Amino acid sequence: MAKYLLLKHYRGAPASVNDVPMDQWTPDEIDAHVQYMRDFAARLQETGEFVEEQAIAPEGTFVRYDGEGRPPITDGPFAETKDLIAGWMVIDVDSHERAVELAGELSAAPGAGGRPVQEWLELRPLLAPLLPTVTE
Amino acid sequence: MDEALLRGLTPNVLAILVRRGADFAAAEDAVQEALIEAVRVWPDDPPRDPKGWLVTVAWRKFLDATRAETARRRREDLVQEEPVPGPAPAVDDTLQLYFLCAHPSLTPSSAVALTLRAVGGLTTRQIAEAYLVPEATMAQRISRAKRTVSGVRFDQPGDVATVLRVLYLVFNEGYSGDVDLAAEAIRLTRQLAAAIDHPEVSGLLALMLLHHARRAARTAPDGSLVPLADQDRGRWDTGLIAEGVQILQAALARDQLGEFQAQAAIAALHADAPTAEETDWVQIVEWYDELARLTDSPVVRLNRAVAVGEADGARAGLAALAELDDSLPRHTAVAAYLHERDGDLATAARLYAEAARKASNLAERDHLTREAARLNAGRPR
Repeated sequence: MAKYLLLKHYRGAPASVNDVPMDQWTPDEIDAHVQYMRDFAARLQETGEFVEEQAIAPEGTFVRYDGEGRPPITDGPFAETKDLIAGWMVIDVDSHERAVELAGELSAAPGAGGRPVQEWLELRPLLAPLLPTVTE
Repeated sequence: MDEALLRGLTPNVLAILVRRGADFAAAEDAVQEALIEAVRVWPDDPPRDPKGWLVTVAWRKFLDATRAETARRRREDLVQEEPVPGPAPAVDDTLQLYFLCAHPSLTPSSAVALTLRAVGGLTTRQIAEAYLVPEATMAQRISRAKRTVSGVRFDQPGDVATVLRVLYLVFNEGYSGDVDLAAEAIRLTRQLAAAIDHPEVSGLLALMLLHHARRAARTAPDGSLVPLADQDRGRWDTGLIAEGVQILQAALARDQLGEFQAQAAIAALHADAPTAEETDWVQIVEWYDELARLTDSPVVRLNRAVAVGEADGARAGLAALAELDDSLPRHTAVAAYLHERDGDLATAARLYAEAARKASNLAERDHLTREAARLNAGRPR
């Protein structure tokens, strides 16, 4: 078993095939999209492959240490050049092939005109926290 | 309360329920409930006959659940029958249970989860914690696995090799939370060895014991990885090593070599060396050759390249490595190590850093990063 992170981007990923901003969809199209995502997560719970999911706000703050006795410095939001994560799902699957298959399914969520968005999702393996017992 | 005793009885009790006519999935739920009740009741009121107690309680739970089920549907005759009173039959169907839980129709992760619950007697929560997934996810995985094998006849002969692969997977997971999966895998393999006389079962048990013996020495106090060559051999568990070697020798004497015996033989040669320098690498290469004939696994050939590098020098190791696909996991790490042994520190440093980026494991990544940093700081080994 291996865990994978499925990353969804607000920006920073290559453009989707069906690249219409969500605020220009019809309300029904949005409903259908949201329902598809819910059904996808429910299906993974049912197969025992679901670990967690989280959506995150587009706007955040950069923070860094600024020396002893001083409050941390905050900055941002920055110009629209950087990668912006929209949310993630963590799955626990038997193979890389299965992870790719699931990411493909998620990317087929319907968008404008009821057609699949064909959004690019980023698939990243989680590093295992434990060392396998047999390595040599 | 002796939890090991309790869990050791699990497969036996479950098999008795199945023999009495309970279907596997319902019986497994009932046994799980009986185990939970035992944990609650036994400390204050230990039973004289633990197995008999578990069978009685599990059977009652099964009947209760089945009655509730039939009340929703229709009355059926089977559940009205009370079990035969008296001691539980001594028939041990433990082996059949191992076969069922490792059935080839299951995915590896389902087989692992089902084995840990139905044979190991662990709770769903414990298994979920060990594999770092939500309890609901693990519950689904187990109930799907039970559905998958629901049509399999309990008394069908199974394949020992599939069982061994499942136990090996459990062993290799390490441990997290309060469940030590490596120790659990050893317990389950011992139990299997008691139920069937098979040289590869012995081989796997020996392999596990020999690796487990080194566990304390494999990590530094801060959790970082200590490579075999740098381990404090005084911290190896000599009792486990002696037991592993003895089991292995008895298995090898039967002259039915298999991959686990060959792997255990390699582990035994490492365990046998008083210092890293005294390791018998020539013989280890021979065992890798044997292992490569048995499994044709690219990972084996990768490990063989390391052994060749030690036996015949780094150049020979690099030549063996050159024959392998460089996309193999750990290929870059092996190349880095062999280049360092060959004195090409700049290449080694670059490859260690590259290997760190490709690592699939946190401790390995940190170790490889430190190796790169060490060479970049001009400190050869």
